[in-house]
Amino acid sequence: MPTTFRIKRFNPESESPQPYFQEYELETEQSDTVLDALIKIRESVDESLALRCSCRGAICGSCGMRINGHATLACKTKVVSLESPDGTVQVEPMNNMPVIKDLVTDMGGFWDKIRQVQPWLQPAGPKPDAEYIASPESMKHLTGVMGCIMCGACVSDCAALEVDHQFIGPAALAKAYRFVADPRDGASDSRLLALNTPGGMWDCTRCMECIEVCPKEVGAMDRIMDLRAKGIDHGIPSTCGSRHAEVFADLIEHKGRLDEPLLAMRTFGLKNIGQMLSFLPMTLRALVRGKLPRSGPLHRAIPGIDRIRRLFRHTRNLP
Amino acid sequence: MKYAFFPGCVSKGGCPELYQSVMQVYPQLGIELEEMTTASCTGAGVLQEKDLRLGDILNAHTLALAEQQGLPIMTICSTCQGVMSQANHRLKSNPEYLAEINRVLAEEGITYRGTTRVKHFIWILLEDIGEETILQHVKRPLTGLRAAPFYGCYLQRPREALGFDETPSRAKSLETVIDLLGAEVVDFPGKTRCCGLPLLTINQPNSLKMVAHHTSDAKEYGADLMVTPCPLCHLNLDGLQSKAAKQNGMEIDLPILHLPQLLGLAMGLEPKGLGLSRNLVATESVLEKIGIRV
Repeated sequence: MPTTFRIKRFNPESESPQPYFQEYELETEQSDTVLDALIKIRESVDESLALRCSCRGAICGSCGMRINGHATLACKTKVVSLESPDGTVQVEPMNNMPVIKDLVTDMGGFWDKIRQVQPWLQPAGPKPDAEYIASPESMKHLTGVMGCIMCGACVSDCAALEVDHQFIGPAALAKAYRFVADPRDGASDSRLLALNTPGGMWDCTRCMECIEVCPKEVGAMDRIMDLRAKGIDHGIPSTCGSRHAEVFADLIEHKGRLDEPLLAMRTFGLKNIGQMLSFLPMTLRALVRGKLPRSGPLHRAIPGIDRIRRLFRHTRNLP
Repeated sequence: MKYAFFPGCVSKGGCPELYQSVMQVYPQLGIELEEMTTASCTGAGVLQEKDLRLGDILNAHTLALAEQQGLPIMTICSTCQGVMSQANHRLKSNPEYLAEINRVLAEEGITYRGTTRVKHFIWILLEDIGEETILQHVKRPLTGLRAAPFYGCYLQRPREALGFDETPSRAKSLETVIDLLGAEVVDFPGKTRCCGLPLLTINQPNSLKMVAHHTSDAKEYGADLMVTPCPLCHLNLDGLQSKAAKQNGMEIDLPILHLPQLLGLAMGLEPKGLGLSRNLVATESVLEKIGIRV
């Protein structure tokens, strides 16, 4: 069947190096992946099309690109599985990284951030006679995160990276978790401290894009949440990020509900009073507009609060 | 059609106009609501950063309350919906985990059997009330109005927990409703992206960049307004829009409406009753466009 591929092209060596879309009409088979189609285009229609691929079996992670608006592996995406209103398949290079040419991106920044989390085991204590041993049970929860093939799909679609390239990003944070949660590693505290800084684990906006686009079900955002929980457990110095989670939990325990003003005040703390005060004009405008909470100005506790408090207490007694 | 109504914290707090507009529209749609006054906050994904199991216990408690009432839950917040859907998915798909959570609930004499369905108001509109009935209620078609949809992450991801596989139409529910109400859908790339609210107290510049990016983008695509089924998104996109515009050296002024506010306008209800004067970005331009004198 004929399919139209709308491919984003970019050639830095052209006279006017601006990205543009080019359409190709191609006969595709039922079994064709997007990668098959792109290779056909390159081999039989336009040899100037640049793309990167290797294994063709969703193992090497080379053919990450955006297909119909989301990052994925071209070799894992069947053309027939794609839906679009006008029947075209749109293919673009990955986002949040520089484009070298057409669909080929520069992964240099990606690898720099992976290196930043020191992705190797750092055991503590005396060296064993043979290898460092971990039981299969103690490693089982890490099989998902160890399945990462470093394709960059999560980084491409990360909403926090889109507005701040300093953010370390989901792939590096998932890799950090892989070592923080490894029972043989002895550097968890220093790893968590390093991530408890601007651009670190608290700068994820919890949008779940990385979970959706990952071809290997690494669940990067869930691992970032695990890192945050471990950070709080390990007693890392409090930041606006950790206080936000702690205060939120405390408010639910005492009121059963969110209390937005109190959450903001306690999250910012005295240290960040300037930031707190910067919300004053908005708060005043809201009050003038009659945005008064229905649960009372001080957000009364919900009627069933005693049971909610007891549920918190029961949970604390769990192993 | 009767539902256990879970209003969520923000419709009782920072966005009282959402609660107000729901109260205006629902009686006319043939649904009954019984408000869940003793249910706690879902944790909004924030409590879950600290303790996922505790979040699941609180949500199992809410789900059990509705189960006792024999009613499905209606939410009016993408975040409440998503967090409860995820908890329900974990509990229903893992009997051992459900039993572990029930051991805690048993201390309070309650059990969750895993039968409660949780539905956002927008899904109830399309799946339970139905397109035909909605059309019958459109007394003031929003002809000529260009509306950009903005879902909120939790009403789009993860697809599995949200039941997108069984009901694929949920992925485009907002576009469907905008179209039914007679307005034109402004499709723009940011419609399923993050509004930035989770970062507001953690990294304010990044949070506001997201607000500025999405609202200015929708405006560039020709939107007269943005409509959202998530009050948390509304807090950021409406409440912080002027601050975001200032930070990024822009002028935006894009009205952000809650879904029931847009629905209510199309149903012929009065703007005041729908709480439109409480939105921080002025909505007069929207009203003028559909022939309501301001």
